[in-house]
Amino acid sequence: MTATVHTSAALALGDDALVLSHRLGEWAGLAPVLEEEVALANIALDLLGQARVLLSMVGDEDELAYLREERAFRNLQLVEQPNGDFAHTIARQLYFSTYQRLLYGRLAEGQGEFAGLAAKAVKEVAYHQDHAEQWTLRLGDGTDLSHERMSRACESLWRFTGEMFLPVEGVDVDWAGMKDAWLESVSDVLRRATLEVPQGPQSGAWTAGAGRQGLHTESFGRMLAEMQHLHRSHPGATW
Amino acid sequence: MVTTTALEEELRRLAGSVPDPELPVLTLEELGVLRAVHARGTDTVEVELTPTYTGCPAIEAMSLDIERVLHAHGVRDVVVRTVLAPAWSTDDITDEGRRKLREFGIAPPRRHREASGPVAVRLGPTRTAAEAPHPEDEPVRCPHCGSSATELLSRFSSTACKALRRCLDCREPFDHFKEL
Repeated sequence: MTATVHTSAALALGDDALVLSHRLGEWAGLAPVLEEEVALANIALDLLGQARVLLSMVGDEDELAYLREERAFRNLQLVEQPNGDFAHTIARQLYFSTYQRLLYGRLAEGQGEFAGLAAKAVKEVAYHQDHAEQWTLRLGDGTDLSHERMSRACESLWRFTGEMFLPVEGVDVDWAGMKDAWLESVSDVLRRATLEVPQGPQSGAWTAGAGRQGLHTESFGRMLAEMQHLHRSHPGATW
Repeated sequence: MVTTTALEEELRRLAGSVPDPELPVLTLEELGVLRAVHARGTDTVEVELTPTYTGCPAIEAMSLDIERVLHAHGVRDVVVRTVLAPAWSTDDITDEGRRKLREFGIAPPRRHREASGPVAVRLGPTRTAAEAPHPEDEPVRCPHCGSSATELLSRFSSTACKALRRCLDCREPFDHFKEL
């Protein structure tokens, strides 16, 4: 546990969890049914717990979450994408939870600085993936309208999926193997949900691949403004 | 070789008797989250706690409660540390803890068959009847009437560690402590 923690690695994994947690929290009060509101909030809470552990490895968690500028965040562009309709949120959950489960599963088997957290979190993420999978099946293989919306959501987020497999310095996994496993798992779910596996490129013309370098999409700035404004307006405030 | 002194055993008993802030019928010892209690010198005690879920907000209340109890018993300095490895599992809940959960109206988690590892997630319709998808699995029983005919309403319930189910016989909804 005394291994050196790579700042870039802890920020990449921690920011993914923090940003997605905040996005899921935006559903509070708005989810289609009460059970789903509770489910999304619980998933957000798991992710927030991961983020706290990861960010605390390399600094003060509050400073890192509330006082960094947009360019200093290292999260994937996928997780910062707006919630959209419920299908968009589920597609984002399917893509990300499948990735995170594979990544944490691999990290848990290693001896690195993230092994302890990964071994714990992978069990939680298994429930996140199951949740996303069940909804993908229900929406994809549901009514014409739910099928149409789920299909649109899977297509529109596809171009953000390539970035997940760009190597992160300090995260020692077989990224190419990760990508193959991810594609196999997601394709299997989509097929069973009667959805097409998107055929387009997994990275956009200029945006994808940049989140890990601090370049983000337009909506991320607005999300950060909301997430950070209380702390910035009242520095050091406590309950 | 780590040895535990009589004093440490006494301190552990005290720390372990603290009730869980969210499930006050259970003690921390019964929940299985108290990992170790070490006496350092004459008035410092180190306590190791492990969270049930990484983001469980109850861990802070647990730490404060342990500090309060040990201070009340004359320990001057109490340091509560959170440890993640080895990861907590619902198999760490004691038999007495399971009995109390059931009495409290919460279906206790089923025990894992083999050595702990990632939770096996199985596919099923969105509302999964309790009839186990795999024959070796035992059903989740209703804590009110004991029936094994129960169905899943939601994978996430009042807290991250619970799922919401309903009994098909007595029709009562109930929480199920999910296997982790």
